[in-house]
Amino acid sequence: MRHLIIFCCCFVLSSGILLAQEKDNTQDRFKALEERIAALEAEVQALKAARGVASGTPGAAVQPAERAVASPEAASVVAQAAQPPTPEAQAPPPPVPQTVTATPVLAGESPGLLPVYGGASAAAKALNPDISVIGDFLGSVGKNPFNPVPALAMHESEVGLQAIVDPYARADFFLSFGEEGVNLEEGFITFTSLPWGFVAKVGKMRAAFGKVNTLHNHVLPWTDRPLVTDNLVGGEDGIDDAGISLTRILPAPDGIFLEATGQVFRGDSADVFRSSQSRDASLVGHLRGYKDITDNTNIDLGFSYARGHNDAGAAFGSNAFRTQLYGLDATLHWKPLRRSIYHSFVGRSELIWSNREEPGVPQQAFGFYTSGDYQFARRWFIGGRFDRSDRARAANLTDSGFSTILTYWPSEFSQIRGQYRFARYADGREGNELRFQFQFSLGAHGAHPF
Amino acid sequence: MNQRPRSVCISLLVSAFLVGLAALSAGPAEAASKLKVVTATTDMAALAAEVGGDRIEVESIARGYQDPHFVEAKPSFLLKLRKADLLIVVGLQLEIGWLPPLITQSGNPKIQVGGPGYLDASEFAEILEKPTGVVTRAMGDVHPLGNPHYWLDPENGRRIAHGIMTKLVEMRPSDAAYFQQRWEDFSQRLVAAEKVWDEEMKPFHGRKVVSYHKSWPNFARHFQLDVVGYIEPRPGIPPSPSHTIELIQQMRRDHVKVVMVEPYFDLKTPNSIGSATGAQVIVLLPSVEAEKEATDYFKLFDYDIALLTKAFQATQ
Repeated sequence: MRHLIIFCCCFVLSSGILLAQEKDNTQDRFKALEERIAALEAEVQALKAARGVASGTPGAAVQPAERAVASPEAASVVAQAAQPPTPEAQAPPPPVPQTVTATPVLAGESPGLLPVYGGASAAAKALNPDISVIGDFLGSVGKNPFNPVPALAMHESEVGLQAIVDPYARADFFLSFGEEGVNLEEGFITFTSLPWGFVAKVGKMRAAFGKVNTLHNHVLPWTDRPLVTDNLVGGEDGIDDAGISLTRILPAPDGIFLEATGQVFRGDSADVFRSSQSRDASLVGHLRGYKDITDNTNIDLGFSYARGHNDAGAAFGSNAFRTQLYGLDATLHWKPLRRSIYHSFVGRSELIWSNREEPGVPQQAFGFYTSGDYQFARRWFIGGRFDRSDRARAANLTDSGFSTILTYWPSEFSQIRGQYRFARYADGREGNELRFQFQFSLGAHGAHPF
Repeated sequence: MNQRPRSVCISLLVSAFLVGLAALSAGPAEAASKLKVVTATTDMAALAAEVGGDRIEVESIARGYQDPHFVEAKPSFLLKLRKADLLIVVGLQLEIGWLPPLITQSGNPKIQVGGPGYLDASEFAEILEKPTGVVTRAMGDVHPLGNPHYWLDPENGRRIAHGIMTKLVEMRPSDAAYFQQRWEDFSQRLVAAEKVWDEEMKPFHGRKVVSYHKSWPNFARHFQLDVVGYIEPRPGIPPSPSHTIELIQQMRRDHVKVVMVEPYFDLKTPNSIGSATGAQVIVLLPSVEAEKEATDYFKLFDYDIALLTKAFQATQ
């Protein structure tokens, strides 16, 4: 109760201070505005006079140059007041020719109007968030006895809504629509203006466990996720939960990027974590090191840890059993900067250890994948992946497989992909599939982190 | 159950460690230190250096020879951004594919969009090719806010430099006279250089050219060139055989003798167009530091104009 009273007092005090500041600010702003109007009036007079002179002379093309120089000055009255007359005012620059190209005519080109430059149209942009939809159509021929997928499916339609919330934060929502049903894949606010370089996220998000777990379907280099993700890290949904995340870049020797992330989640993620009580939170930690080897090549290493309660005791109402996951990831990127749109290579591997406590013997499973993707032309990529993983609930059962992938980009906004996938499951059964995928995006989908 | 106190201790230790690290690396702000300026491209860096002189440290994220639409958002850029006092971007969605996540992840409140250290240079420049009708991606990768290659008109260079000067004065009022002096000096040198460039290009006013990408509207307008076609059928769409054949026919019809290619595009299609039409293919630089010789904003135009005038003379 005492805390509550103290809090109320602080709140009242701080809002009082803020109000007083606001009053001062308002007066200052009025003053600045008045000054600005006066300066703009003078500007308009000067322009009118200049136009009068110019229209009397044959070389009237000098106009745009003068107008153009005037405009930025008008936009910064404070600076102008402190500044001597610009050289242009004394010696106008050579005329900017009225021209020739088949470009649309600017509003500012017509005589008598001030030019309209970049800021004006940007200001007209509505405050709607950036909206995007990414369609993911998946087809499959062949057989997969263990994990069959439909022959044809509109696998996912991901709607993204992204915008800056206020001067201190931005927010991102990704709603994933299946053919039936909707899932909030991610929906979080990111606080970008915290002290000491911290970046915090609050909401539902994909946990920073390794690489594949953080990626949305449409940025994967495959049509599926690796076996180790399916077996140990919750498959397509992965560790994706409501919680709080805190990230900071750590001091490191020159040229090395070191970043630490700590996350606390409610504790419900696919079949990996299950919370039965409010204190059954799951924790995820990630340490990332990155270095540019050359301008064209870089290496990215990560260590991840996650732990939470699992469902092993659910049958008899116990939350005593935990799962711990350890992950190592390594990525090598190569992209020659002078030909960056034509060639690139990404080699990637993740190793994951799972320790799942169960009523009997704890299951200690291990799995990994290794993949390489080479872009051999502006629109073409070829890739391969090798998979091997024990199963989380029966670590003595091991599945393995490999895939080859060919991807074509008609443009930046659509993608056609084929993947041959072979899998040998622990019980001896085999899967042979040819999967194909069409992806297409509408609207402004924000860029994803590297 | 004795795990609880231990885990509390561990969390406390970890938090103390993190806060300690934060305090160490934050350090006291030195008033006399140089302003740290990071720019999206080398052109903005060159203009900032003209105005800022030795009172700023300026660094560009993209390299001059790199396609500025497709820069990878490498974490190493975060090391620059987290310490920056000022971030200057080209804007008009040129960097939309890579810069926003870098800004978000930088943990630097100053350079967030709308923050005191965020400067969009397109505010100051004259922007061409703002779409007036309906914009769809059927037009290719169009920039709905206008063509972002606006720095290639020296008049815009002057405007951008003025905008940067105003910002630097605002951030460091104690150096106001210095920045204003630098800007006036830059502006005068630009006036003189423009006279030379305009004189050199005068004999070729109205010459028809073809370019790979729509990178040159401001340049063409200033130097009165007529860009009649593009090797890309639509912005961002690679050349197709049918479009290439049409372009060759058009170039023959219009007697186009110069093909301008940005340094990051493949020369195979331009060269075959060149040999089919007798046109010269030149690699024209859209950015400072795209070649060793183009070390600053003036040398960029020196380089391009020397190359163009030579090509025009050879194909009279």
